[in-house]
Amino acid sequence: MLRHIISMKDFSSDEIDIILKKAKDFEQIARGKKSSLLSGKVLATLFYEPSTRTRLSFETAMKRLGGEVIDLGPVEKSSAAKGETLADTIRVIEKYADAIVLRHPREGAARMAAEFSNVPIINAGDGAGHHPTQTLLDLYTIMRESSLSNLRIAIVGDLKYGRTVHSLAYALSLYHASMILISPKQLQMPDVIKKDLKKQGASISETANIEDIMGDIDVLYVTRIQKERFPDTAEYQKVAGIYRVTEELLKKARENLIIMHPLPRVDEIDPAVDRTKYARYFEQSFYGVPVRMTLLAMAMEDHETK
Amino acid sequence: MKQNESEKNTSDGSLKKGMRVRPIKHGTVIDHITAGQALNVLKILGISGTTTAVVSVAMNVPSGVLGSKDIVKIEDRELKEEEVDRVSLIAPNATINIIRDFGVIAKHRVELPERLEGVMKCDNPNCISNTSEPVISKFTVNKKPVELRCIYCDHVISQGIAEHLI
Repeated sequence: MLRHIISMKDFSSDEIDIILKKAKDFEQIARGKKSSLLSGKVLATLFYEPSTRTRLSFETAMKRLGGEVIDLGPVEKSSAAKGETLADTIRVIEKYADAIVLRHPREGAARMAAEFSNVPIINAGDGAGHHPTQTLLDLYTIMRESSLSNLRIAIVGDLKYGRTVHSLAYALSLYHASMILISPKQLQMPDVIKKDLKKQGASISETANIEDIMGDIDVLYVTRIQKERFPDTAEYQKVAGIYRVTEELLKKARENLIIMHPLPRVDEIDPAVDRTKYARYFEQSFYGVPVRMTLLAMAMEDHETK
Repeated sequence: MKQNESEKNTSDGSLKKGMRVRPIKHGTVIDHITAGQALNVLKILGISGTTTAVVSVAMNVPSGVLGSKDIVKIEDRELKEEEVDRVSLIAPNATINIIRDFGVIAKHRVELPERLEGVMKCDNPNCISNTSEPVISKFTVNKKPVELRCIYCDHVISQGIAEHLI
């Protein structure tokens, strides 16, 4: 069956567990062990917004599994610059590739692309919408470096525009995690999302003060305040740099705390923290490879049997 | 069924005596519209000052069931199902009577559909459905309370629904 990966809401918790389990099997290949699992397959990457980690980790995942990657290249040099619709681009590229990874600035772009594609669409971020592969690698990192059961996690930063956070909070609610949301007032999680999460049975509390909760949490998930999502630069300036994780702050941390960040960071985590035992953001970034390998294998294997 | 003298194109007899609006020969009568929504119903149906249909509107008519209600009569036009769906968004208790030769030949209560396509505009300006892409807007519908969720961007419309009509 043709299976698109658009939103975390498309996955049951059983399916997520299967993906996380499979990803573990791919770790060795992600570290360099030879594989030809996707030999002869072609992955197309269409990034209408800048990306480093997501694009390169998909490429790495595909190549380490023996497959090939074709890339749209810079948008300003592509047919989109000539006014081609995304729908048309998808209808062309789906004839060239066995799966398409799409990042687009518009919310809902991946869902729409799926309507026009006969090969799996993997959403690599649609505006302020979903970013399910990031969420899956976040869950995988927590599973590998901490634990998904009885989890107490604080999510810090831009909870309004940050797409990773919305998907992550939704997924964590499936694991009955206790979530503490920390953000300035202007960047609080939108009510509609909180309402959805509560309907899902999520345990959520909110605070503006990061210090108060440092001793109570297993995971500190830090996000960048994204300048590009602010309609007004003055609004951005008001909140930029409001939270900063430092060695000083970590004095209050529990022994087994881990710190995660989807990267890129700006100044929300002091580089001195990188040397502490708490830092896991570079491991997290690596885990994107085995998780995306799993998804590529699932998408293309599933597609073969359609 | 011949429309009898006491019905006069309405179902609860509220216009029986005195006849605020005269019966129509052919067309559609929308009864039990939430009071104050008649003009929005016309908007939904695409009836404006530039259309030629003969339209009668009664607003804030006393009604046993609703307290007060609006009624719209449109001559020589029989509403199609998708148009009926649209009416239900702003007037959930409305009833539609199709009239031929002064008789009510079909009568039904409007019902919110599970899904709405091409009726509303998503109010997220950054939604892919608000671009030149070849897609129509699509929403899943929650009935109580009425909430429309864009299937593309997940944005929810729960207030000012009439303002989002295409």
